[in-house]
Amino acid sequence: MPDVIPADSVGIVKPQIAQFDTPLALSCGQTLSSYQLIYETYGTLNETASNAVLICHALSGDHHAAGYHAMTDKKPGWWDSAIGPGKAIDTNHFFVISLNNLGGCCGSTGPTSINPATGERWEASFPMVTVEDWVESQARLADKLGIQTFAAIVGGSLGGMQALEWSIRFPERIKAAIIIASAPKLSTQNIAFNEVARQSIRRDPDFFDGNYLENQTVPTNGLGLARMLGHITYLSDDAMGEKFGRQMRHDTYQYHYGIEFEVESYLRYQGEAFTKRFDANTYMLMTKALDYFDPAAKTNNDLSAVLSKAQCEFLFVSFTTDWRFSPERSEEMVNALVKAGKQVSYAKIEATEGHDAFLFPIPRYMSVLNTFLTRIANGLTTEASDAL
Amino acid sequence: MRSDLEIIDEWVQPNIRVLDLACGPGELLHHLMSNKQISGYGLEIEPNDLNTCIEKGIPVLEQNIDEGLQNFEDQSFDLVIMTHALQQFRRPDLLIDEMLRIGKECIITFPNFGHWRNRVHLALKGRMPVSEFLPYNWYDTPNIHFFTFQDFELLCREKDIKILRWAAVDGHLKDHWWIRSMPNLFSETAIFHISR
Repeated sequence: MPDVIPADSVGIVKPQIAQFDTPLALSCGQTLSSYQLIYETYGTLNETASNAVLICHALSGDHHAAGYHAMTDKKPGWWDSAIGPGKAIDTNHFFVISLNNLGGCCGSTGPTSINPATGERWEASFPMVTVEDWVESQARLADKLGIQTFAAIVGGSLGGMQALEWSIRFPERIKAAIIIASAPKLSTQNIAFNEVARQSIRRDPDFFDGNYLENQTVPTNGLGLARMLGHITYLSDDAMGEKFGRQMRHDTYQYHYGIEFEVESYLRYQGEAFTKRFDANTYMLMTKALDYFDPAAKTNNDLSAVLSKAQCEFLFVSFTTDWRFSPERSEEMVNALVKAGKQVSYAKIEATEGHDAFLFPIPRYMSVLNTFLTRIANGLTTEASDAL
Repeated sequence: MRSDLEIIDEWVQPNIRVLDLACGPGELLHHLMSNKQISGYGLEIEPNDLNTCIEKGIPVLEQNIDEGLQNFEDQSFDLVIMTHALQQFRRPDLLIDEMLRIGKECIITFPNFGHWRNRVHLALKGRMPVSEFLPYNWYDTPNIHFFTFQDFELLCREKDIKILRWAAVDGHLKDHWWIRSMPNLFSETAIFHISR
């Protein structure tokens, strides 16, 4: 809880809701007749509406990326370290938009929302949504906010996939894509991890084939287990070792299945805390969206061919100890863009935190982001003065 | 701009595709992008240099050249450049092969260790030369290979590499006639434009 709002914070923010009544045809073949998206904005949109930056969230993210909802909040938004006045994504220059994706559980239409056709919660019947669907819905949100072109679209992990998809799907609507710790498609191992996560949810007796709320319960064991597994893969071996080592709860072994090592306690806590804020159906949907993403599938697995449509400038960032979305995965995209002759830069940041590093304010990482975005911001000013 | 870079600028055709290995803060690429409308990428691993490139809008990729350049396709660039860096890599001979695989032509510049001042230094003092131009001690120098203008020429001959043109410069002087007449003795920096 902040006693006073820090000077480099966007301060107290209030989420807004956009209602859409034009049906959205989804990749899976189903159509959402109407839906809503919850979003927050930080900074001010300039007169030409040219300074908008879209933040795309990852697997368990939401619209609350920066600032506080109330003075009683324990923590600010999930990417507060990077968004704010004077920060890497500088709200003195940019109008930053962060939304909760379709299928989410934080205010946008998703499995916990009421299906207008039935008057009941969607739960298991909520259609599968893909990265493409999200980008389509984000473009509609941009239309509503009067934004034709984004100065930049930024995302880490699954968020990076959305930024990549934007560059292909709406090449004329995006000036720069910043893609952090991401991949052009999941590796087999990554799909396998996702499947274990999903199975742990689906095999929870409280899952009820996805209609658990109707049965007045929540598959907390399964969802917690899925999160524990995820958490291990988001950290590096070194980071876990550094944080916990073989630190024990008691001075001697207890020879039981309770907490012996501190890492066990940490994982159980993380798993349990997650079940209080996240919906299991949403978690499963998000993991499926990750699995399905593969833009090069349309072009005979030639990533360079599909990216040849892109017109924006790209910045890629990877982290040395990230093994879930390793630097090599970022390099696949970089190489494809070099082959296609696109404007691309790439930084591989030394970090101990594993995949999670993309959420940390690592000085060099922040500096690369800020340097890139400052140039983008300066470009906006030049364009504005050229127009006069 | 460094004198070797000025000469390269004269040699580069407009509108080509350039890869600059160990591009540093991107001085050459920046110049070629604005003056010759080339499209290019720099490779660099020094964080401050990378940031400078990003600041100037020069496409730069963080990649350790000693770990290989397999990610670049055969003949995918018109020109591959490496200025004042060949002496810092593990296997300059293999690196030149790679550069000629990726690029149709290459321009390489390097400090000529056969320069008379180095010879005098070693001959009279009996110790490895430290100069304004090569300001390192033997134990902390990033320059792990020392070779001369002639050594490079010889390597090209052995590898059947064509020398399209060369230049030799001393400090801030350009192609002065007396450097050109005895480049192995008088050039501080050697500049070679090569192809297969």
